[in-house]
Amino acid sequence: MTTRHINAAPPASRSRQIKQLVLTLVGWAVALAIFFPILWMVLTGFKTETAAIADPSFIFSPTLESYQAVNARSGYARFALNSVAVAFGSTFLALLIAIPCAYAMAFLPTRRTKGTLLWMLSTKMLPPVGVLVPIYLIFRDVGLLDTRTGLIIIYTLMNLPIVVWMLYTFFKDMPEDILEAGRMDGASTFQEVFYLLLPLTLPGIASTGLLSVILSWNEAFWSLNLTTSKAAPLTAYIASFSSPEGLFWAKLSAASTMAIAPILVLGWMTQKQMVRGLTFGAVK
Amino acid sequence: MRLARHLPVTTLAAAIALAGHAQAQTEITVATVNNNDMVIMQSLTDAFEEAHPDITLDWVVLEENVLRQRMTTDIATGGGQFDVMTIGAYEAPIWAEREWLEPLDDLPDEYAVDDLLTSVRDGLSLEGTPYALPFYAESSMMYYRKDLFEEAGIEMSEQPTWSEVRDWAEQLHGSQEGVAGICLRGKPGWGENMAFVTTLVNTYGGRWFDEEWNPELTSEPWMNAIEFYVDLLGNYGPPGASSNGFNENLALFSRGNCAMWVDATSAAGTLNDGGESSVADNLGFAPAPVAKTPKGSHWLWTWALAIPASSEHKDAAKQFITWATSQEYIELVGETHGWTNVPPGTRASTYANEQYTQAAPFADFVLSAIQDADPTDSTLEPNPYTGVQIVNIPEFQAIGTQVGQSIAAALTGDTTVEQALTSAQRATERTMQRAGYND
Repeated sequence: MTTRHINAAPPASRSRQIKQLVLTLVGWAVALAIFFPILWMVLTGFKTETAAIADPSFIFSPTLESYQAVNARSGYARFALNSVAVAFGSTFLALLIAIPCAYAMAFLPTRRTKGTLLWMLSTKMLPPVGVLVPIYLIFRDVGLLDTRTGLIIIYTLMNLPIVVWMLYTFFKDMPEDILEAGRMDGASTFQEVFYLLLPLTLPGIASTGLLSVILSWNEAFWSLNLTTSKAAPLTAYIASFSSPEGLFWAKLSAASTMAIAPILVLGWMTQKQMVRGLTFGAVK
Repeated sequence: MRLARHLPVTTLAAAIALAGHAQAQTEITVATVNNNDMVIMQSLTDAFEEAHPDITLDWVVLEENVLRQRMTTDIATGGGQFDVMTIGAYEAPIWAEREWLEPLDDLPDEYAVDDLLTSVRDGLSLEGTPYALPFYAESSMMYYRKDLFEEAGIEMSEQPTWSEVRDWAEQLHGSQEGVAGICLRGKPGWGENMAFVTTLVNTYGGRWFDEEWNPELTSEPWMNAIEFYVDLLGNYGPPGASSNGFNENLALFSRGNCAMWVDATSAAGTLNDGGESSVADNLGFAPAPVAKTPKGSHWLWTWALAIPASSEHKDAAKQFITWATSQEYIELVGETHGWTNVPPGTRASTYANEQYTQAAPFADFVLSAIQDADPTDSTLEPNPYTGVQIVNIPEFQAIGTQVGQSIAAALTGDTTVEQALTSAQRATERTMQRAGYND
């Protein structure tokens, strides 16, 4: 009797275990479904053009033919450097503008703060193609076409609403008493932000920055339309391998793998901070 | 002492010489599409720069549709980002009329402008003045599996008709596992299914517009042609034919999944290459099939190099485009990349070259198809437009894509042919009215 009692798990615990197992399986299935296109792209990059268009198969003789063709044709390093400069440059600029903006909105709100926040977000609803010609004309007149500066400005404007929103949420979750204590100790607004707010919300700021880097890295519409060769980032590099006439899947996959590799590595390296940042303040 | 006295003067002279050299270097930006011929052109950058030490080339290679949109934005706003643009036969006369392109009427004698094939040259001209130089040209023709034809006891006609093709497709469909009777374009788009469908309508005696620019999509020839297309491809085509464009069909045919395929002559090189195609040994060529009239039964498309009026380096750009479209360039490609890789369809001298005709058994078909295709007389009844598979008015991209979507819907069985063409007719009428062609 006693032995049976000890060995058998309580019904509540067993159902929890089953629930956990099902959730784990669902989690893995979703993760694999999301990861599969990336895996297939990496595999296709190691195939010949003929094997790439053959019936889908995991069994093939890997070759570096496509990587050689891709490297022989265009300067990957130049495109990659532009991507790094533009993605990090625009993120830095966006954070520089958004931190004081979010601070003011979170700790010194006015009657119009909520409206302003919603209006900022509404600018994201405008299809970019709607403002392409005016922006192109302005860039032409001020000499910003095909420059990294031009792209940094556009990406900063593009990401600013999301960056402000995210920082506003993180700052709102911060107990105001800490800032008040700082103020009572005689801290100026700058000191309050620099020595109290920023260190305490660093995971949130880091994940916001990382998201901004990823969004800028992957952006294709503006980079294709506002650059030609000197400031063209990796999205333009990938676009150069696609074609409606001819076999190109293996080369396109090799180019895409090379284009996403840096940001993939960055994502892996910072995934702990990213998750921590995204769930920051979720539980007080 | 002497050296010390002369050093500042020497340094100054060297600096001026270097500055002069730096100033003399002109960098031109060339925008082009990503295909085999253009990749070869890019790989020969060093040959051009060696022959023209004062010019350097900067390449922008993009997918065709992305490039078209990118170049249109730049040229329409006078952005001046490109010195050489790769444009098609569709854009050349439209952009020339708007004075967006530099006229190319004073070409040097050694360029041998008369060596260019007349139909190709005319398609890139406006009122007799060329505005772009042809880099390569293509028409359409039929590819077929000789082994399957022999097994079934079918003999290919010298000039096949569409009714013969239907019978053959019925006979050969499923003759081997995974073999479709025929592969044709089904993916919607003005440059995809509509390129093929327009040639089919032309040969059935139809046209896009009457002489007053009234659309004729519900006319009898259109109805007959589209009924035939839907029946042929729906019953004897590969599975999922409505999503197949040039690339998908090229892949299917080269893997041996199609008994016949009617498409661009530019596929011949790939299909004839044993390394890329499993059917190279059994590959047969025939002219594009005809129905009621041979007029407009095969298309004419040219990729050409043009200089935008907004370019700041027009002289250097002209030196480049005359080099890249010259006889000398074709010979250079033949020697460095093999004769099957030379850009076809532009010069009579290419087809007089024995090395080329020996390497490319399809050369005669391509030449006669290109020479026969007349963009100014492509339909049985007279029409107001230029183009075989295109109508060179700015509205055609939108019209062609919309009609292409209606026809693809009929192919998948979502609508009937009559419903598809009626809705296509209404949409085309609206677009033409809005554009002011007919009120």
